[in-house]
Amino acid sequence: MRLLSRKASCNTHGQDSSYFLGWQEYEKNPYDEVKNPKGIIQMGLAENQLSFHLLESWLAKNPDAAGFKRDGKSIFRELALFQDYHGLPAFKQALVDFMSEIRGNKVTFDPNHIVLTAGATSANETLMFCLAEPGEAFLLPTPYYPGFDRDLKWRTGVEIVPIHCTSSNGFQITEAALNQAFEEAENRNLRVKGVLVTNPSNPLGTTMTSNEHNLLVSFIEAKKIHLISDEIYSGTVFTSPGFVSVMEILKNRNYDKFSEVWKRVHVVYSLSKDLGLPGFRVGAIYSNDEMVVAAATKMSSFGLVSSQTQYLLSAMLSDRNFTKKYISENQKRLKKRHGMLVSGLQKAGVSCLKSNAGLFCWVDMRHLLRSNTFEAEMELWKKIVYDVKLNISPGSSCHCTEPGWFRVCFANMSEETLELAMQRLKSFVTEYNRINNSNKESSAKNSRRRSLTKWVFRLSFDGADRQPEER
Amino acid sequence: MLSRKITSDSHGQDSSYFLGWEAYEKNSYHEVENPSGIIQMGLAENQLSFDLLESWLAENPEAIGLKRTSGESLFKDLALFQDYHGLSAFKNELVEFMSKIRGNKVKFDANKLVLTAGATSANETLMFCLADPGDAFLLPIPYYPGFDRDLKWRTGVEIVPIKCSSSNGFRITSCALEEAYLQAQDQGLKVKGVLVTNPSNPLGTTLTPDEIDLLIDFAIEKEAHIVSDEIYSGTVFDSPSFVSIAEAIKDRNLESSDVFSRVHIVYSLSKDLGVPGFRVGMIYSNDEQVVSAATKMSSFGLVSSQTQYMFSQLFADKKFTAKYMKENLKRLRKRKEIIVSGLKSAGIKCLKSNACLFVWVDMRNLLSSNSFDAEMELWKRIVYEVGLNVSPGSSCHCSEPGWFRMCFANMSEETLHVALQRLKAFAETLIKSKQQQQFGLSFSRTRSLTRWVFQLASDHDHRETDR
Repeated sequence: MRLLSRKASCNTHGQDSSYFLGWQEYEKNPYDEVKNPKGIIQMGLAENQLSFHLLESWLAKNPDAAGFKRDGKSIFRELALFQDYHGLPAFKQALVDFMSEIRGNKVTFDPNHIVLTAGATSANETLMFCLAEPGEAFLLPTPYYPGFDRDLKWRTGVEIVPIHCTSSNGFQITEAALNQAFEEAENRNLRVKGVLVTNPSNPLGTTMTSNEHNLLVSFIEAKKIHLISDEIYSGTVFTSPGFVSVMEILKNRNYDKFSEVWKRVHVVYSLSKDLGLPGFRVGAIYSNDEMVVAAATKMSSFGLVSSQTQYLLSAMLSDRNFTKKYISENQKRLKKRHGMLVSGLQKAGVSCLKSNAGLFCWVDMRHLLRSNTFEAEMELWKKIVYDVKLNISPGSSCHCTEPGWFRVCFANMSEETLELAMQRLKSFVTEYNRINNSNKESSAKNSRRRSLTKWVFRLSFDGADRQPEER
Repeated sequence: MLSRKITSDSHGQDSSYFLGWEAYEKNSYHEVENPSGIIQMGLAENQLSFDLLESWLAENPEAIGLKRTSGESLFKDLALFQDYHGLSAFKNELVEFMSKIRGNKVKFDANKLVLTAGATSANETLMFCLADPGDAFLLPIPYYPGFDRDLKWRTGVEIVPIKCSSSNGFRITSCALEEAYLQAQDQGLKVKGVLVTNPSNPLGTTLTPDEIDLLIDFAIEKEAHIVSDEIYSGTVFDSPSFVSIAEAIKDRNLESSDVFSRVHIVYSLSKDLGVPGFRVGMIYSNDEQVVSAATKMSSFGLVSSQTQYMFSQLFADKKFTAKYMKENLKRLRKRKEIIVSGLKSAGIKCLKSNACLFVWVDMRNLLSSNSFDAEMELWKRIVYEVGLNVSPGSSCHCSEPGWFRMCFANMSEETLHVALQRLKAFAETLIKSKQQQQFGLSFSRTRSLTRWVFQLASDHDHRETDR
């Protein structure tokens, strides 16, 4: 008799993918400015480390929030006992207000329709449990966040069918691709329960266009299926076009609670990216369907947010002066960093998808591939991880249909480290070009050239470590 | 449109366990503002030792100030810490604490510990790891009503009851175990293991060494798992002392045998420390594959790093934890004695217990008939007339009507006395009316007499509460 469940013995948790392997390599040899300057720089982790001291200074001025006190009085007991899966009302109110603020107050959210969960990871899985049976499917535009393979499929038994997006139109969702995906599902005998999109997109870093939004809403209306909009990066939109939430689209199209499609639209949010607090496990499901809210609320028992954390954040997010300042300053810093990465890449002769959000860029390294294949992409990726010593995420781990794209994060390190990373990359590309060009020139004296190449390659690396280029 | 999971009611939350809770919410007792309200005795919370935790926090502000003792900010590190392996400092302290609870008779390895958002998450995760949809776990009845949701709802796992009865103090017998196993087979269910809560909810008793041996023998013979939910292990305030499944395995020299990797322990800080709001639970398993899978699954319910850090500091203070454990047990024992003697003076018995935050009360003599309908009838009267939210045995799947779980650690002493007084008045009335019925008095006069007597007793309630 099989001793453990199939879930525990299989690998549909997806954690053997390169996304996680690169992470492991980094863990073995992490870059440290002082202790390990030749180590691997982590550019595969979409963390927002740019605005911590805004949070820290708020905390310093408001010690009650972390100190279990309200107006100077201890509420430790009340919080220690508070395990109501309806969540701390003050926190839910503060959270919906914050979500509204991020959306320029163009939409408002009802705190009774929000369900708190231990991170967006929990929110997404819970929504799958609520909306789909094992063996049913959700359509997702590629490329998508590698974690979805675990979060949406593993324990739920739900399938993901990709909506293929390509660089020909900046990876936007087209009607043809949507229909094709739906057909593919049908061919595989999978009943499609809905579409899940991340807006702004991970890994593209772009906000969804109105066109795409309208396509999606019409699509789900026609097929009578759900739409989940994971808006976890909504607060990271640092430049135009601005962020348009799916809720705003519904409003603009005059859908309301009397429209059928209204109940089939759900939003996922979290404080892990906008506030940079992945460790605190604060996620949320927002649904217009009361039955989904009721079920998700009960399911949230399996991943409630610590009341200690709910209270801290309710105090912080209720401070509207602070949140306004934070949102604006955070976006400013992200914009600057994004600019640094883009220009650093440019100097290395590398372009990326024009983006206006997220904590990463979607980088085009197709011209550095030995061939237009995923094997070549893996080869390039390994060079970048092991030789250039940058942990970035290969497009294949995000299920991209075209080889050669990589996600490179920019908000999880200091400016100096980012510059060093760009320097390393530039050296690598320069060397790559040199090798390629010399290979093209002639095939004579291959061995001598190879030794020359090695010598040159080594020199440029030493150069990278000793002299960072100008800003 | 929506999944079967949410359109069905297998989350079990329509059970009386939750309905009584709702009645309480609408009319909650308050000493001053609502003295005739319903007293909550259905919630197994430990409110007796908060002052100890609060004073520790007041003396150790760095634990919550998100600053290291050196004054450096810790905030960023914690804010970013989402490693599902958990904060090692915290896990190291936890395994030591778990060991202490077990009189240091067993040692635990932090690498075998998986942190989860509460025992609720731990139990569900273990089911996902050990069983496929349609498999079954055997559970002794009565059991914690929440298990119907936690173990079955999203996992598709079935629960088959091991019938325990008052004839032997609800102890697990090999006969009952075997019968449950056969019943599962008859239903076409593959039995993956047995899950016990030790100390027991709702019984309040620790498993005897004999019962534990039985379980181990069963697990060996059937190649089954044992999940021992030891969430109440720190509430054993009386003898016999607590024997963990870990200790029993060790004593039987089974650490090198197959069954060792099929033993899993669930724990949480919700009962011993009284902090259910902070969502700190854990799975301890000797099977590396289980640890590995459960660790990945814990992504769906990680413990807030803020909370992990605070407790890592608290548990590092060994003097404090020793003092806390001792004092906590003392207070629990005292409360239990109050409720037991209060029930006694009301002519009500309960199962002899040595642990937990509740007693298992025998109200069979107050039933109008030996049926679950009569139990429901009695329960409704207790909730709505007497004003006590207690948990009826049927909600815990007890096989005999008339048993109720009554909590004693989630209220002040004064409130407990009010509750006991009300119950006494009610019981006396009920017993008297039963006796009168036996004497064959005319029905209507009996009814009016009963009502008049009952009313008098209620007035008595408001005027004098004796201790």
